[in-house]
Amino acid sequence: MTERGKKQAGEDEGAFVVTGACGWLGKLLVRRLHRQGRVIGIDRRPFPDRPKDVEHVPHDLRRKKVHDLFRRERIRAVVHLGVMHDPRKKAETHHVWNIEGFAKLLEYCSAYDVPKLVLMSSASLYGGRPENPQYLTEEAPLMAASRFGQVTDQVQVDMLAQSFFWRHPGCETVVLRPCSIVGRVGNAPSKYLKARKVPVIMGFDPMVQVIHENDVIDAVEAALRPGVRGVFNLAGPTAAPLSSLLGWLGRETYGVPFFLARPLARQAFKLKLTDFPAEEVDYLQFQCLVDDARARGVLGWTPRTTMARILEELK
Amino acid sequence: MGERAIVEWTSPGDGLDGVVPPAPLAAARASWTRDAVERLGVLAVQADYNERIDSLRRGTNEFGVDPFGVSPEFVRVVGLVAGWLFRSYFRVRATGVENIPEGRVMIISNHSGQIPFDGAMIASAMLLEGEPPRLLRTMVERWSPTIPYVSIMFSRTGQVVGHPENAVRLLEAEHSLLVFPEGAPGSNKMFSKAYQLQEFGLGFMRLALQTGTPIVPVSVVGAEEQYPAIYNARKLARLIGAPAFPVTPFMVLPLVGLLPLPTKYRISFGEPMVFDGDPDDDDEVIGEKVWLVRSTIQNMINRGLREREHVFW
Repeated sequence: MTERGKKQAGEDEGAFVVTGACGWLGKLLVRRLHRQGRVIGIDRRPFPDRPKDVEHVPHDLRRKKVHDLFRRERIRAVVHLGVMHDPRKKAETHHVWNIEGFAKLLEYCSAYDVPKLVLMSSASLYGGRPENPQYLTEEAPLMAASRFGQVTDQVQVDMLAQSFFWRHPGCETVVLRPCSIVGRVGNAPSKYLKARKVPVIMGFDPMVQVIHENDVIDAVEAALRPGVRGVFNLAGPTAAPLSSLLGWLGRETYGVPFFLARPLARQAFKLKLTDFPAEEVDYLQFQCLVDDARARGVLGWTPRTTMARILEELK
Repeated sequence: MGERAIVEWTSPGDGLDGVVPPAPLAAARASWTRDAVERLGVLAVQADYNERIDSLRRGTNEFGVDPFGVSPEFVRVVGLVAGWLFRSYFRVRATGVENIPEGRVMIISNHSGQIPFDGAMIASAMLLEGEPPRLLRTMVERWSPTIPYVSIMFSRTGQVVGHPENAVRLLEAEHSLLVFPEGAPGSNKMFSKAYQLQEFGLGFMRLALQTGTPIVPVSVVGAEEQYPAIYNARKLARLIGAPAFPVTPFMVLPLVGLLPLPTKYRISFGEPMVFDGDPDDDDEVIGEKVWLVRSTIQNMINRGLREREHVFW
């Protein structure tokens, strides 16, 4: 389909709804999608530099205003990026926001026959565990909560999407589980790799995967194609030992013995010296690599940003 | 199924994308330590040591690792120790290396000697005498990634966590995989039971049937005598969380007594055995096939014992 053809079809097909539109990924996605059709961004946060033709609904998903939006508009797809994972917020706030909000969204999707739902989940939910196979497939259980209670809500959001997939075959549900997203996005992996001096765990050097934010947006676009449904891991261009990435970036590292890493990280977090919850240490110690063969096959997607480009950008 | 596909990098080699690696990385590739390692390899192991290691680079990415985390540069260093043990300490005589077929293959061997030098020597034989050189992969305990430094060494030299998915993935990537079907009971048996094969697990046969992998039976003669264990201190073993704590008469000597005796290893690679059938067959059906492999290995061991004239040379 040509660019123009897409645009015309887009007007008939209804709007894209993007939750969490004011986050960094949300902004990137909205800029990509508004060329293909109407875009409505839902996010409580302000959206100062949004493109003119993007509507902003500054409300919580649980508010009536959002319900009204679904009642009023023809919606062709919902992309849920608005999963909160701010370690500074209370666990209860997380649970209520993430689970209740997403449950509401699912309710609207089924009530108003939205044909497509895309959830941005995460490959970190498999958990950094010594027992992990070298590459985790989409069938692997999400075990992160076994070591890190705070992510239970994110695991549950992923599960809710999976059960919705089966209960509502009319809505093509896609769950994307990208590995560590890096780029200009301000998430934990990017901050870690951008820091001048970084902690590593002595005697451990797990292989890690990183993916560029633009490639994640590519995957969302691919997931929005009619007919696509299912759970997809998204791995980056390649995997490499953590030490190789840090070496390439020229980072200064300081080793921390594994038995001190968690208590130290916990203290540093409490004293607000870092924003890394102690449980993130798992991902510096153990592997959590994913196999994205299904995404490459079914979505017809491949990451376009090479490792070298990703690292250049992180310098 | 058929989606388990990361068995090789999708864009090997071209990942550099025209970007020149920064100085530290480039320096590491041609530093004096690397130079020293290369020279030692030629001196202590064999003349074509470095060419053999270089050939392992096929399939690595711009960071010098393959999808399983193996780094040929790391192997080059660890291989010095293994190679020295192979040439000078155990003076391994390996026969039948040419029997190893190309592509996926499972190496099934007897297990002995308390500390798995037998695995290291089989791997060395395939790396140093195989044509082409092969890097033998093994699977290790699931808690081994929790041991500092050991976790790195295992990963960079091709020893992945024992997980059925890993085994399938390795074989689908056409690698060679070492399995000791006797497990720890084989390695930790008392000297009075030397060269008597213990019970074989059935898992390796199901895996071979599932992936259509030929099996090469291997016998290792000489490893039993390196630590002639006369007693298993079970309570001590439980205390340190080890499967066994063998005691040998030589342990009365301080430190030196802990070293393995420099026995001569004789490793024999047999003709490949190909099986077909349903990997989900009953234990009895699978057991018959396993019995064939086990008796082949026992025969090879017996022949090796008959032919050897001395334990130490």
